[in-house]
Amino acid sequence: MHEFLAMGGYAGYVWPAYAVFFLMLLADALAPLWQRRRSLRDLRARLARQAARKSTP
Amino acid sequence: MNPLILWFHKLGSPPYFYRFAGRWLPWLYTLALIAGVIGLYGGLVIAPADYQQGDSFRIIYVHVPCAWMSLFVYAFMAANGFIALVWRIKLSETLAMASAPIGAAFTFITLVSGSLWGKPMWGTWWTWDARLTSELVLLFLYFGVIGLYHAIEDTRQAARAAAFLALVGVVNLPIVHYSVVWWNTLHQGSTVSLMGQSKISASMLWPLLTLTFATHVYFFASLLARSRVALLELESGKEWVRALASATEPNHA
Repeated sequence: MHEFLAMGGYAGYVWPAYAVFFLMLLADALAPLWQRRRSLRDLRARLARQAARKSTP
Repeated sequence: MNPLILWFHKLGSPPYFYRFAGRWLPWLYTLALIAGVIGLYGGLVIAPADYQQGDSFRIIYVHVPCAWMSLFVYAFMAANGFIALVWRIKLSETLAMASAPIGAAFTFITLVSGSLWGKPMWGTWWTWDARLTSELVLLFLYFGVIGLYHAIEDTRQAARAAAFLALVGVVNLPIVHYSVVWWNTLHQGSTVSLMGQSKISASMLWPLLTLTFATHVYFFASLLARSRVALLELESGKEWVRALASATEPNHA
């Protein structure tokens, strides 16, 4: 296991490359989830305002 | 009508696409994850160390699939941009604009992992040679497309302007691909070739191909997820979106 992590002395180059790969793709995968939640929330707020305006005489 | 064409027309309708993408998303993410784990295991554990580069060559398994994706995604974006400009198909605008950030992410990974590979092998993090410079230009093209899209208020006009920029940038794709042939560069030539023999042993090649498959599937998953949200915002005045918004309403007591 230790030998595997050492990557033949190249650990300082191999693991950061893999870390960047994971972090970038993770951020990319989460972005649409957050965006979807935000836009649905904004939309609901707008619908609520419209409904409130309609119900006041 | 031909059922395939009929289905294609249906796919162009935002509510249908939204449901279609929602159904496929979990499967695509799962497939990408499984293929990714198998490929990474093959590349990090099963493949032997390179006789010249030792274990540092294992960077290839993130670097090369992402580099291929940076070109593939750009081509996909430009093709959809072309369709959007010529036939004004709303879904194509959305698909083109949704691919830009994913392509930029892949290009960024390519540049950073390449830099991390260059330091131990070439003795430098960065050099202004043809391959590296043209890949950096590709990243700036992605930034340009994203920036232009967000700079214009009207979403559909913005998408068309950005699609035009994406089309112009296509000229950079052959430059990236052939840079190692046309110029004398520090970057090595292609090891894997679609036609003809690859200059790599099978034990090192199959993880690379598996990861290439995984990144392609991942791209389409991310593309569907992003397009789906973009359509939601684009169509926020429509009935189907309003119905969806009230259906997903969290329950306040």
